[in-house]
Amino acid sequence: MAIGVKVLKRPERSVSYVRATLKGMALTFRHMFEPKVTMQYPEEKSTGPDHGMGAWSLSDRWRGTHRMLTDEQGRSKCVACGLCPQICPANCIKLVPGEDEQGNRYPLIYEIDEFRCIFCGYCQEVCPEEAIHVGVHFENSEYTRDRFVYDLERLSSQTHPVSTLWDPSDPRGE
Amino acid sequence: MTPEVKGFLLLSIIKMLVVFTVIMIGVALLTLMERKVSAWMQNRRGPNRVGWAGLLQPAADGVKNILKEETFPAESSPVLFLLAPALSFIPALLLFAVIPFAAPLPVNFDFTLGPLGRFVSHGPMPMVVADLPIGFLFVIAISSLGVYGIALAGWSSNSKYALLGGLRACAQMISYEVAMGLSLIPVLLMSGNVSFSAIIEQQQAGLWYVLPLFLSAFIFLVSGFAETNRLPFDLPEAESELIAGYHTEYSAMKFSFFFIAEYANVVTVCAMVTTLFFGGWDIPGSWDQGGGVLQTIVTGGVFFLKVMFWIFVVMWVRWTLPRFRYDQLMALGWKVLMPIALGYIMVICTAIYLIEHVAGITSPRVEALALFGVNIVVGVLVFGLLDSGLFIKGSGRTALEPPARDRAVVAG
Repeated sequence: MAIGVKVLKRPERSVSYVRATLKGMALTFRHMFEPKVTMQYPEEKSTGPDHGMGAWSLSDRWRGTHRMLTDEQGRSKCVACGLCPQICPANCIKLVPGEDEQGNRYPLIYEIDEFRCIFCGYCQEVCPEEAIHVGVHFENSEYTRDRFVYDLERLSSQTHPVSTLWDPSDPRGE
Repeated sequence: MTPEVKGFLLLSIIKMLVVFTVIMIGVALLTLMERKVSAWMQNRRGPNRVGWAGLLQPAADGVKNILKEETFPAESSPVLFLLAPALSFIPALLLFAVIPFAAPLPVNFDFTLGPLGRFVSHGPMPMVVADLPIGFLFVIAISSLGVYGIALAGWSSNSKYALLGGLRACAQMISYEVAMGLSLIPVLLMSGNVSFSAIIEQQQAGLWYVLPLFLSAFIFLVSGFAETNRLPFDLPEAESELIAGYHTEYSAMKFSFFFIAEYANVVTVCAMVTTLFFGGWDIPGSWDQGGGVLQTIVTGGVFFLKVMFWIFVVMWVRWTLPRFRYDQLMALGWKVLMPIALGYIMVICTAIYLIEHVAGITSPRVEALALFGVNIVVGVLVFGLLDSGLFIKGSGRTALEPPARDRAVVAG
């Protein structure tokens, strides 16, 4: 059987330029007096997934630049287990493990190249110590490219909130 | 030179400078207004960073355009390429020279200025740069010059998009010039004069011509949109099809000149609509004919408000209506506006003859009112016909029937 063509019944008499034009003009005129939706960015910002910002709030799943959490003594929580460079699909984490006198492992070098990072969030998911996190953050501009390789000190000194990677109201990501 | 001629020259130079400055600043601010109006109509705020509420945005744009690199396309025709922006820009400004923008100002001075000699001026000075006795014909002649700038820009660019834009502009502007010229004939019939000052005087004595000559005003406005190449008639530019049409190859200040020309054209068309159909600087009543300084200032303000209103309407239409298809544009110009304008001339001729010679009415106000009555009938008829979709077809009426083979399948 050949493919049939569905013939649409189009309106015949109701198609009119004059009335349609006037209708459109009235619509745009009404819009002039409606509240404006533009966010005045440097003054107003989406800071995080608080839903008070309405349409401007960031998603609960927002994954921004990284942050390393620290313990009470100010040392990074990282134990240099090597899981995050292992799972990283973009190969952007450089980790050189070290060990102190008590046998505690710690990262000698921990660098994330934010340009290579694809912000998948696997490093946060895989981390057994909940040390490395992707952050709720989007203002990342720098003057040189090498400033985008975040070292351990830089990662630890970040203060922005960290991502929950999931939406509490939509846990299965539907 | 007699002292009177010197006084006249002095006043003319002052008027020229004032009008030129006001128009150039106004045009710059219109680019801002356009962006603001478009933003408001789309629930946005528009430019508000440079200066208070974005008022310095045009200056920032101007500085940017001056500092940008001037590029010349390979194999372009350099002389015409440089000449085209100026050619599209000058006619727009020239047109404003004949438009009266306020009530005559009483100027009386008599002074001697060193070696330049004695300057004398007495009596009311018409607030128009050049009060040409042929104002009307001047406008029709000069406004058709604008097409040269655009056509040359398209042709000299050596680019297919620019050429197509230029060709479209030619065809469109010439087509709509016809409807525009024809729509102005009823105005001449009513006023019996081709000078703008006389037309305004006639409107003061009778009614604003928008009432007795409603259809003319409508056709003139629509043709004006087409003449200024703005949406819904911006086929010469046609972003989605021709990149930027005739000014695709232009950069920096030369590109800016096309924009200035477009907005200057908008100002001029709006000023023409105001002058021809909305009484120019006239305020209803007889106060504005008192001939004082205050009258000049207030009527100037009223003229400004009227022009601003029409500029707003032009922007309003631009940000509401989508672009016409090319064949629809030509059909509207030749098959709708021109026949309506021609028929309207005949209706108005007959009506004026009947009113003046058969009914013997001589008062301009009564005559205008009688014509207004005629116009209500004609307007209802024309808009009813337009609305019925007999003249211009909506998409539904031209939908292609599927081939018979497929219909049989659906039926079976």
